[in-house]
Amino acid sequence: MAADGAPTRLAQGTRTKGGIGESTLRPDGTLKVTGEFAYASDMWHEDMLWGQILRSTVAHAEIVSIDTSEALAQAGVYAVMTYDDLPTDVRHGLEIQDTPVLAHGRVRHHGEPVAVVAADHPETARRAAAKIKVEYRELPVVTDEASATAPDAIVVHENRTDHHAAHVPHPNIVHRQPIVRGDADGAARRADVLVTGDYFFGMQDQAFLGPESGLAVPAEDGGVDLYIATQWLHADLRQIAPVLGLPEEKVRMTLSGVGGAFGGREDLSMQIHACLLALRTGKPVKIVYNRFESFFGHVHRHPARLHYEHGATRDGKLTHMKCRIVLDGGAYASSSPAVVGNAASLSAGPYVIDDVDIEALALYSNNPPCGAMRGFGAVQACFAYEAQMDKLAKELGMDPVEFRGINAMEQGTIMPTGQPVDSQAPVAELLRRVKARPMPPERQWESSEGTDVRQLPGGLSNTTHGEGVVRGVGYAVGIKNVGFSEGFDDYSTAKVRVEVVGGEPVATVHTAMAEVGQGGVTVHAQIVRTELGVGQVTIQPADTRVGSAGSTSASRQTYVTGGAVKNACELVREKILDLGRRRFGTHHPAWATAELLLEGGKVVTDGGEVLADLADVLGDEAIEVEEEWRHRPTEPFDRRTGQGNGHVQYSFAAHRAVVEVDTELGLVKVVELACAQDVGKALNPLSVLGQIQGGTVQGLGIAVMEEIVVDPETAKVKNPSFTDYLLPTILDTPTIPVDVLELADDHAPYGLRGVGEAPTLSSTPAVLAAIRDATGLALDRTPVRPEHLTGTA
Amino acid sequence: MRVNFTVNGRPQEADDVWEGESLLYVLRERLGLPGSKNACEQGECGSCTVRLDGVPVCACLVAAGQVQGREVVTVEGLADFARERAEGRATGARETGGGGTPLDRAGRWQATGHDSQAGEGTGLSPVQQAFIEAGAVQCGFCTPGLLVAADEMLERAPNPSDADIREALSGNLCRCTGYEKILDAVRLAAARRSEGV
Ligand code: FES
Ligand code: FES
Repeated sequence: MAADGAPTRLAQGTRTKGGIGESTLRPDGTLKVTGEFAYASDMWHEDMLWGQILRSTVAHAEIVSIDTSEALAQAGVYAVMTYDDLPTDVRHGLEIQDTPVLAHGRVRHHGEPVAVVAADHPETARRAAAKIKVEYRELPVVTDEASATAPDAIVVHENRTDHHAAHVPHPNIVHRQPIVRGDADGAARRADVLVTGDYFFGMQDQAFLGPESGLAVPAEDGGVDLYIATQWLHADLRQIAPVLGLPEEKVRMTLSGVGGAFGGREDLSMQIHACLLALRTGKPVKIVYNRFESFFGHVHRHPARLHYEHGATRDGKLTHMKCRIVLDGGAYASSSPAVVGNAASLSAGPYVIDDVDIEALALYSNNPPCGAMRGFGAVQACFAYEAQMDKLAKELGMDPVEFRGINAMEQGTIMPTGQPVDSQAPVAELLRRVKARPMPPERQWESSEGTDVRQLPGGLSNTTHGEGVVRGVGYAVGIKNVGFSEGFDDYSTAKVRVEVVGGEPVATVHTAMAEVGQGGVTVHAQIVRTELGVGQVTIQPADTRVGSAGSTSASRQTYVTGGAVKNACELVREKILDLGRRRFGTHHPAWATAELLLEGGKVVTDGGEVLADLADVLGDEAIEVEEEWRHRPTEPFDRRTGQGNGHVQYSFAAHRAVVEVDTELGLVKVVELACAQDVGKALNPLSVLGQIQGGTVQGLGIAVMEEIVVDPETAKVKNPSFTDYLLPTILDTPTIPVDVLELADDHAPYGLRGVGEAPTLSSTPAVLAAIRDATGLALDRTPVRPEHLTGTA
Repeated sequence: MRVNFTVNGRPQEADDVWEGESLLYVLRERLGLPGSKNACEQGECGSCTVRLDGVPVCACLVAAGQVQGREVVTVEGLADFARERAEGRATGARETGGGGTPLDRAGRWQATGHDSQAGEGTGLSPVQQAFIEAGAVQCGFCTPGLLVAADEMLERAPNPSDADIREALSGNLCRCTGYEKILDAVRLAAARRSEGV
């Protein structure tokens, strides 16, 4: 470079490796494969105590008395706390603060926390908890819509003051959202065929493997430091501090390793209990649920009853749709209102239907509380509307994929809410792709070595060698919103710092994003490399010393916190270039051009010529930016008509399921579950596949095995264990070929589209459709178990 | 009671062990080896899989007293175990800490530097390296148990079919990955092994 500023020939720079679009490997991978990654349940502190929660053994009762004296007298016990020992009577909850931290005079569901114990050994704590005597006077249970809305129904929450209370037809309805568009009754008269159905969707558990756990350490300032596995640190903080009677700055939270989440960590679990015991005893307190307790310690996916009516003309055009979706929210609101909004607004599926009459609502009952789980309201609806599509196709004598193609939405389609779909919506194309795949070979269990029973329904139980086994094929497609909807201020915050260490530029990213396994930490480093051309990127642990990142849910983190990291990088880059112009601007006229980039540790022109080393530009200066970032705003749905631009972005996936059914025993083997999904832009293709395959298998689980069974008489949970609540194993899981489309959404960072949830929607109805195809049965509930296939239910 | 046994080649002594304590509890809470996981404590998930005298077992179902005088290999010792097996030696000692993950290390999982080469140069066993590269690790809670089980299967059956892999790993639940990438990882480890890489 000539010092007088005369242009010289510049060297060509190189791109930074490990940027977006590459399958960069997880930065926490090594720690995770060596057993050194510190999950919440691995935390340890000298002198720490173990907390244990005593939970109600009945679903609905008045608490007549609690006697803690025997528990307190036990050696090794440091504290026993009930409602009377709480510092405040503040309740908590994600949207409606209706949840007591310890029961106050009444329990509303089986497993509600009643008392907490701290002791020096977990078994001591368990035994002490068992010595607490609680006298209950049982009350009748509210278990379904009929018992919730009967004239003499017991009101689960009296004197409601929440913002939905004035708008619901009954106090046992948390929230109700109608959507009316066009004239469904009028359009029904044009229909040549009319199809109705009543469907039931069972209660699913997130079943993340890392149990709820955390460690609370009392601090000298009267506050508490909490190390915790959660999905949203700041939402926890907002709920915890008022219950403890502390200002938010005295509750400092750090994310510890999270063993999966899937929505089940959106609500608080043991956070406040651990803090209460730590503040009471002055000692660090760790709480770890066992699996039994975990089934009571978090909300589940709402079970739902869905009634649908669709009409179509002879040539296969949908005329109208009417539906009514009743979700059971259980004893506390959790995220039920938002689940209702999703179920209603996405109830028509990815189809063009101008005339709709929709109603979705969530009940308060004495069943286990339900809330967020991957797919969030859209899953239940997809199961039902896809069953309807198959029924219609059959009525019309059409191929189910062809029929869906005729009605598939596209960019520009108007949703039932009146919101136009303003980016790519390749619904027909996704279906076409899964259909075009070659079929897995017939009688795939036969090889040159004979029959491999592992490939047959029943597997190693050796129940068939192919006799009575029938193959079926089914298709489904779904639509899911990305991000928080209905006018929610859905922002994230990122802090990015660049400085020179040991002669090399290095970057540091600090966000409060909960890494729950999805790979956000991988993607943040990739974004920094792409935007700032710095290879060395450190991701700081997530905590509440930086602004909120919002929740790791709703398929939103790559979009929103990814967007925040990108935005912070752009601001850092501007500052770096300003610095460079001040320091070196006279060296070369290209410094005056607007399009300078940072690549491979250098400042380069848009033609890739090197102007300066980033390390020289920075010198001793560190450049740091912390900034909030927002996607475009959304609007609430009108309470009466459901109209409103409520969603940020939509995402789409389609599945083809191939199953083999032993029709005599009712055993199902899913042979292949092919998926096609549009992801806008795959920031990390390997992680994208992981999300799609993982989501697909959670959909498979609810199709054929997973269900929390609640006794309709007592509202008690009957199967709170992995022995009785079945999860798909590697033997139950088929190959999952995936076709990834990248059609950019111009509104989103890098054109990306949230990935995590869409595959969980269509997987279930595709498997159900395939089983119907094999058996000819109607199958209007999920999961399907052998008794439903053999007529012995 | 007192229990003496060998963990990852190193003699260990656990004092004041309760009758009802499991091997998993002793490893995690008394010996500072929380790598074996506690997803169900009922023998249903495999996240606590360790080798007891070479045999894969659910550590949550083994009473601590039963391991007196026996040898245990956990995920923390897997890399050494695999290396020594490859070199045909008996397993050697590995340092262990004093209990759980102390808080000053709790933030240690932060990503640093060149994560596109995650794992390289850290002396991982082939199956550990393959899990990282194939994308078989998401939340990672199932990973320690799967690694111990997969490593043991490859020791017995170096060229497994897909059905063999599925059968061998059917006791290990994973909620995140849908298992496809886990299959990929085991295939990759097997292929490298047969190529002698
Ligand atoms: S923790 Fe031992 S099998 Fe689940
Ligand atoms: S990676 Fe989360 S359970 Fe397997």
